[in-house]
Amino acid sequence: MNIQVVIKEEENLVKAFISGEIDAFTAPMLREKLATVQQKENLQTELEMSDVSYMDSTGLGVIVAFYKHVNANNGHVKLTGLSTRLKRLFDITGLGEIMDIETDDKGGNK
Amino acid sequence: MRPFDYVEIRVPAKSQYVGVARLTISGLASRIGFTYDEIEDLKIASSEAITNAVQHAYSEVDEGEVVIGCALYPDKIEIMVADHGKSFNFEETKTKVGPYHDQQEVQFLREGGLGLYLIETLMDEVKVHHQEGVTVFMTKYVGEEQVEENVETITS
Repeated sequence: MNIQVVIKEEENLVKAFISGEIDAFTAPMLREKLATVQQKENLQTELEMSDVSYMDSTGLGVIVAFYKHVNANNGHVKLTGLSTRLKRLFDITGLGEIMDIETDDKGGNK
Repeated sequence: MRPFDYVEIRVPAKSQYVGVARLTISGLASRIGFTYDEIEDLKIASSEAITNAVQHAYSEVDEGEVVIGCALYPDKIEIMVADHGKSFNFEETKTKVGPYHDQQEVQFLREGGLGLYLIETLMDEVKVHHQEGVTVFMTKYVGEEQVEENVETITS
């Protein structure tokens, strides 16, 4: 049970590659990592989550907080690479309608 | 003989053990024959309950324990999560838990936001008992989703 977060900043796009499990234990680490992202006007961000194998409400809480923060500065958060399981978690909580989410169906698999 | 197998997990009320308990429950669920999706639902629901218990136990005493009782039936799993370390009698506590219509009762669960909502959504039955700490009792049936989707049952 672990989490890895790698953040790459290039001009006005910040990309965070998240992998592992996001739960009560690892969510604070994700929160800390995302807090290091320099907030500025119109910041474009992407959370790449294709290697997230598990997530629950603790992870949703961190992502929602990040989303609010970025949006407050007129920025944008995009979630990419979500498995159908992960997408479902956003959908049943109603967050799927609010957030910009791309599922991981590039390879044609569900 | 009891009509079910009973497995009890007792962990320190620390967040690093939520994942350990989740893995154990996942293993138990796969023994009963839950589908991949059902097991993923169970993992999230039980983690939510255990996370709540861990956070609650923390605020009460320095070193609490969380007790997770799992009753395994041929067609369902019952999971009870208690945030007080005292050993509980699964059958006895089960008779005490009731629906959580009382808003006050689950106030602490609501604090965390989506936790209880997810438990309600992902499990088939949920009950909460608030006395000497909080006990969440939840049930999930094997193949419930298939029934809802109206898949024809094949009987041999």
